[in-house]
Amino acid sequence: MEIMKLFNAMPGAVSQGIIWGIMAIGVYVTYRILDLADLTVDGSIATGGAVAAMLIVAGWDPALVLVIAFLVGMLAGLITGVLHTNMGIPAILAGILTQLALYSINLRIMNNKANTSISVNKYDLLISSRYVRNFTLDNPIPLLLIITVVLIIMLYWFFGTEYGCSLRATGSNANMARAQGINTNLGKVFGLMLSNGIVALSGALLTQYQGFADVSMGRGAIVIGLAAVIIGEVVFGKLFRNFAMKLVAVSLGAVIYYMVIQVVLWLGLNTNDLKMLTALVVALFLAIPHWKAKLATSQTMKKGEQADA
Amino acid sequence: MLKINHIAKTFNPGTITEKKALTDCHLHLESGDFVTVIGGNGAGKSTMLNAVAGTFLVDKGSIAIDGVDVTRLPEHKRAKYLGRVFQDPMTGTAATMTIEENLALAYRRGQPRTLRWGITSKERELYREQLKTLELGLEDRMSARVGLLSGGQRQALTLLMATLQKPKLLLLDEHTAALDPKTAAKVLQLTRKLVAENNLTALMITHNMKDALQYGNRTIMMHEGKIILDIDREAKARLKVEDLLQMFEKASGAGLNNDRMLLG
Repeated sequence: MEIMKLFNAMPGAVSQGIIWGIMAIGVYVTYRILDLADLTVDGSIATGGAVAAMLIVAGWDPALVLVIAFLVGMLAGLITGVLHTNMGIPAILAGILTQLALYSINLRIMNNKANTSISVNKYDLLISSRYVRNFTLDNPIPLLLIITVVLIIMLYWFFGTEYGCSLRATGSNANMARAQGINTNLGKVFGLMLSNGIVALSGALLTQYQGFADVSMGRGAIVIGLAAVIIGEVVFGKLFRNFAMKLVAVSLGAVIYYMVIQVVLWLGLNTNDLKMLTALVVALFLAIPHWKAKLATSQTMKKGEQADA
Repeated sequence: MLKINHIAKTFNPGTITEKKALTDCHLHLESGDFVTVIGGNGAGKSTMLNAVAGTFLVDKGSIAIDGVDVTRLPEHKRAKYLGRVFQDPMTGTAATMTIEENLALAYRRGQPRTLRWGITSKERELYREQLKTLELGLEDRMSARVGLLSGGQRQALTLLMATLQKPKLLLLDEHTAALDPKTAAKVLQLTRKLVAENNLTALMITHNMKDALQYGNRTIMMHEGKIILDIDREAKARLKVEDLLQMFEKASGAGLNNDRMLLG
């Protein structure tokens, strides 16, 4: 166990963390703001990746490709939204259906191949894992940070607007929102579109970073996204109250997640066991607020008994 | 102001849980009418209010608010005509949003939501003034989350939100039922004040017979999805709770069966 090995792996963990942090910000929009668990993201992140890879191979500008991936991701969210609101399918199932369909669509996008490589030797990519330890302008981290900050500023603005507030009200209390004249169905559809747009954008970044798109690159993405959201809340919840800072916490949550993963791999964990470890960690963190509430109740009950005695 | 024309609604038709909630409900309200609604369990009081609000579409009949036929309009499109306060204090406000954000949402009822900033500083002054009139000290807690407020405070805030943009019709669905008697009395006083100041047309369901007689200029009684009694101002002034109970038994052929009804 050489400490240098771990040290060398950290820049890569940080860049991956920032990319998945963008994805987790997308998850935050549905999970925390709209109060919907959207499983579309497992498919839409790969859609973003597949679109990016194919367009770059076709000679498109790698920056413009990010915008296209965002728009295609919105389309995926639109499908889930229509399944949920117009067809009355529970959100979680609507997401699973879209995710499943996207698997076929993603293969179609990549000409029926499971993966497409875009070598940084051949294409002028925005970011690449190859330069992650360079102290030059090629290093992916500064650009990723800029994209994250711009995204957070835009979301902070959007959710402060009248329309953004109506989406927050929809997630907080749909009955109240409708009583105030808000079209909650339309709001949910738009929120799902926005979320999946952001997720597909992160997929396009991930594809450029790793130099390939793979049809199964999104497997378990929702869990990683939730892990980032929850770690961010647990670690920075008391510190960050402002909405923009909460999004920063999500991004940092993803970075922490990838750094911890590096540490456990360095300690000798088999990579095949990673997904199980992630699931366990997320289950544990989701359970903590539940247990906390239970503990608080039993303590007040004890106090009550003492007072009675 | 409100014309409910012979509406009917059956929930879960053709199933074992079939419920004829409204059978032939007919009611016209003049502008400025403040009508209290009483009736037994399952008489259709809430269903009538929800039919007006558009929570569901009716099977038969029509509903018009201030001359506009709203029978087929979805809930969020009717909202511009309506102020609503619900029985559960949790229903009327967004708990995770701040007091001023909730007010800003209500202030824009019936207007398109644009990409302009959600609250302006000019509005904040208006909200502060309005909150002061509640005398609950909420004007100093405008950036506090509504989830931190008590049930009574939330109901008072919901009332303010319902009247911030003057509604054509105010719908109050037992809005004091979940509150303790002292708070309930306060919220009722506030209701009376807001209705009088804004000269509102209002429908108020209550389980308190005394309140039903004391408040408003008209009282209607519902039974099995219909309005069976309609009492005007002059008659109301002369009536006592016992008279009301007798009238109900005569009109419905049954005793008043409401397990929450307060007679005193």
